[in-house]
Amino acid sequence: MLKFAAGLLGLAFCAGATFAQAGTLDTVKGRGQLICGANTALAGFGIPDSSGNWTGLDVDFCRAVAAAVLGDPTKVKFIPLNAKDRFTALQSGEVDVLSRNSTWTSSRDNQAMLFGPVNFYDGQGFMVRKKQNVSSAKELDGASICVQQGTTTELNLADYFRTNKMKYDSVAFQDEDTVLKAYESGRCDALTTDSSGLYAERLRLTAPDDHMVLPEIISKEPLSPAVRQGDDQWFNIVRWTHYAMLTGEELGVTSKNVDDMMKSENPDIRRLLGVEGDQGKGFGLGNDWAYNIIKKVGNYGEVFDRNVGEGSPLKVKRGINALWNKGGLQYAPPIR
Amino acid sequence: MSDLTIGSRTYLQREKNPALPPPRLTSGPLAWVRQNLFSSIGSSVLTFLFLALALWIIPSLIDFAFVKAVWSGDAATCRANLDGACWAFIRDKFDYLRYGSYPIDQRWRVDVTEVVGAVLIFWLLWNGAPRRNVAALLFFIVYPILAFVLLRGAPLIGLPVIDTSLWGGVLITLLMSVIGIVFSLPLGVLLALGRRSQMPIVKAACVTFIEFVRGVPFITVLFMANFMLPLFVPDYLTPDRLLRPMIGTALFSAAYMAEVVRAGLQAMPKGQYEGAMALGIGYWPMMRLVVLPQALTTVIPGIVSTFIGLFKDTTLVAIVGIADFLRTVETARLDPSWAGPTISPTGYLFAASFYWVFCFGMSRYSQRTERRLSKGRKH
Amino acid sequence: MANTSTLVKPDRGSILNDPKARSLFYQVVLAAVVIAVFYGAYSNTSRHMADAHIPTGFSFWNAVAGFDINQTLIPYTQLSTYGRAFWVGLVNTLLVAVLGIVLTTIIGFTVGVARLSPNWIVAKVAMVYVEVIRNIPLLLQLLFWYNAVLKPLPAPKQSIQIPGGIFLNNRGIIVPDPQFGAGSGWVGLALLFGIVASFGFYGWASVRQKKTGQQAPVLLVAAALIIGLPLLVFFLLGSPITFEAPVLKGFNFRGGRQIFPELAALLLGLSVYTASFIAEIVRAGIQSVGRGQSEAAHALGLNARQTLRLVVIPQAMRVIIPPLTSQYLNLTKNSSLAVFIGYPDLVAVFAGTVLNQTGAAVQVMAITMAVYLVISLVTSFAMNLFNKRNALVER
Repeated sequence: MLKFAAGLLGLAFCAGATFAQAGTLDTVKGRGQLICGANTALAGFGIPDSSGNWTGLDVDFCRAVAAAVLGDPTKVKFIPLNAKDRFTALQSGEVDVLSRNSTWTSSRDNQAMLFGPVNFYDGQGFMVRKKQNVSSAKELDGASICVQQGTTTELNLADYFRTNKMKYDSVAFQDEDTVLKAYESGRCDALTTDSSGLYAERLRLTAPDDHMVLPEIISKEPLSPAVRQGDDQWFNIVRWTHYAMLTGEELGVTSKNVDDMMKSENPDIRRLLGVEGDQGKGFGLGNDWAYNIIKKVGNYGEVFDRNVGEGSPLKVKRGINALWNKGGLQYAPPIR
Repeated sequence: MSDLTIGSRTYLQREKNPALPPPRLTSGPLAWVRQNLFSSIGSSVLTFLFLALALWIIPSLIDFAFVKAVWSGDAATCRANLDGACWAFIRDKFDYLRYGSYPIDQRWRVDVTEVVGAVLIFWLLWNGAPRRNVAALLFFIVYPILAFVLLRGAPLIGLPVIDTSLWGGVLITLLMSVIGIVFSLPLGVLLALGRRSQMPIVKAACVTFIEFVRGVPFITVLFMANFMLPLFVPDYLTPDRLLRPMIGTALFSAAYMAEVVRAGLQAMPKGQYEGAMALGIGYWPMMRLVVLPQALTTVIPGIVSTFIGLFKDTTLVAIVGIADFLRTVETARLDPSWAGPTISPTGYLFAASFYWVFCFGMSRYSQRTERRLSKGRKH
Repeated sequence: MANTSTLVKPDRGSILNDPKARSLFYQVVLAAVVIAVFYGAYSNTSRHMADAHIPTGFSFWNAVAGFDINQTLIPYTQLSTYGRAFWVGLVNTLLVAVLGIVLTTIIGFTVGVARLSPNWIVAKVAMVYVEVIRNIPLLLQLLFWYNAVLKPLPAPKQSIQIPGGIFLNNRGIIVPDPQFGAGSGWVGLALLFGIVASFGFYGWASVRQKKTGQQAPVLLVAAALIIGLPLLVFFLLGSPITFEAPVLKGFNFRGGRQIFPELAALLLGLSVYTASFIAEIVRAGIQSVGRGQSEAAHALGLNARQTLRLVVIPQAMRVIIPPLTSQYLNLTKNSSLAVFIGYPDLVAVFAGTVLNQTGAAVQVMAITMAVYLVISLVTSFAMNLFNKRNALVER
């Protein structure tokens, strides 16, 4: 009986096995599926609805990678990860790419991870009740502040209050839901997280209009996808997936007009869509990689707009996330 | 015969004594009330105190849960009525609490698995049922495979694979408990035998394992299974995210099960071992045919109460991100579209009733078995 | 078969059937398997840790933590080290364990005795308590206390005021903070002296009682020594200890000591839950004392209270203490559920935040488990000693 049980366990082991030794690109192709670490639930970035359909900016990034590699944006399996075990999941090879609003920091780069291009420039802020008559984070002296445990947010919070010589009570919970509920029930005066998250969280409150986000941004939070170190080819694919989406926006190629654009005379567009040159081959992909991304997922502007921008309930302004030629920081190296 | 005149002696009483008042009632409802509720002043005070308490709590609970509850409608109906539970909320979320995010058109697979499991468990626990050993065989060996194939899927026979990250709700709670019992009982028996073994290395290994696991909180075992297991095993064996807490749960309850089984082995009269050995039976046949059937029967109550503990402990798997029943209640409770002051109490009341019905039922079964066994031992 | 042959002649038969050889073989196999598993786990782990640049040593212990903890009984700021954070978590765990054990013992013994009360309604209420509480998961009860009982309390501005300068709101309970002025040391000394003197008096009184049968009013004298003496010193020195009353200022009360709702919820949940098990242990213990004992005590003229206190409970304790110890240990281990409601205990602070910030999963988990193991082993050891001393001496 025991032998049998062991066999069964082994069987189950194999079912969930991953093969990290082979190149990630080959693994993904062999599997026919991309495994992507996503947020457990953050509106606008990665959130499953009740029937398991995922939406969000980070989630769409994974779909774009799947479109580039496998030609099919639906061939992605999303693994919801909380703040605590997201990096171990990536390091242990459980996910191929981590696209879960994670901040790029030097110490994380030192933990055998590589952070790709920043797909959302963010910063930490505070949300408070309007009736408290607070207009600046500098007035939060003595407040109780709800924060998620074990995040950079928690460390930034401590730094900010120390530099401004203010006191506070930190009330730390292990997941975002509990943090929000504790804030709503009045356990805390303020809630702190990345400001994009604040807008999303605010919408989950019973009366969003009773709450406001304070103007101060107390940290730099460049959110970006991450991969394991030691697989340069895979890192390149992840990087250039983002750049292809940016280039698409820059050149005016959208998911709607991409088929017409194939006939374009513009050499930049022709190189992007693989009409000219062998850009895709260099990555180990088909030359239609960028075509697939834009056709099946969209360019950066479209993805931003439908997930977090004006086309979404969050209504986050492009701000520093606009293209470089429109006053923002999103800049793609040339594809040639 | 002066004796005959004895009747005329003056010190003899001539009249009957008047009848004493009847003794205070010793039976009947009134006597019962006096004896059990008002035997002294202190007792009377307590009676009134607790009666008031009961009269305050019970009607308000019934009011909240049934009389004034909102049975159907939407969030607005619930927000309009703050005196009663919002069962409409549970009704709306019921499928989510039951299956998690398991795809809707595949949910029959969960139902089938659970019905088969329930039938087998009933067969196994109903004493006097025919061929319980067949039931044991089916439950401990065939059923896990069946459940694995049905729930996870097998493309070969046309069942699409359902990723474990979509499983949730009652399904996870029942699954974790059943996995716990199916693997921890055999493992616990082995550990208990090992602990009573004459072989020093075997004994030391079993004692170390049992005492280590029993000395640390379940949460740390779950953490360990979740964070460290992937580090311990080679990459190609990295277990699935749901499998990790399952392994943790099985090992954890095996240590507790081992102690229960050990108690049964110790209670076994020496004559049973000696008799078997005198017949020249080897160690394993002796254990399988003589000792274990008796020892395990005597500790059925202990096994059941360990299982109750395990059932309650499955709520902790939420710490490693598994959406068990309680976790889905928590998630549902936070849904902003249902926000309202009665939602949390309703959610907790529903969850509490669910766990209570299961645990209380099992503890009743274990008490009945205990009584039956002690009757059997008396003759 | 080997047995019969040994009877006939001293031939040991095949070595395969020699029980000693078999036992040796099994043990060698087991040892080999255990060593192989451990070696495999070790080599896999070190390779994984090296690949993932997971820190291997304990150098993180002295690094600056950088995060804050709201409840700290020992000095801690965000500039303290991770090692310090460990101690803060451990102290918080021990605090909730000790308070919980005291509270649960009181509730558990009361309910246990109540279950055997001759008063029907008292016994039934106690039974309902036990049957309801122990059949509902602890985590659910903790969430209930935290979310359904404590969070709906009013905001600081609408605090419920309790006489004595105590305020109750959704930030917890705020009590006046004692300020120790000059001379308060003498009050402490008087308290210490009172406690020591009470024990001395108790010893003297019990010796005298054994000799002469005369009882001394131990309770009264002890009360006078422990409460009266420090109070006397306190007033003689002109009230050196003052209380700083909490004042509502800004977001919350300033001054005063704050008891956080997380602690209150954890304490309530743990004690109420564990008490339902202790009640059953106490009931079983009392029922294990033969009826003859209490009948004999009644015959000697002891009343019900004296019978319980002097005859039944001391004998029941022998049965009660071993399972009671394991309940205390359960409570201590269950305090790790703190992480679900945001109380900064060892698991939440150390195995949660520190693990996450440093990434040193293996070391942190090993230390955490070792702490609980040590607590368990030390308690079991102490209880075994106690048990030996109190075991029934058969004559």
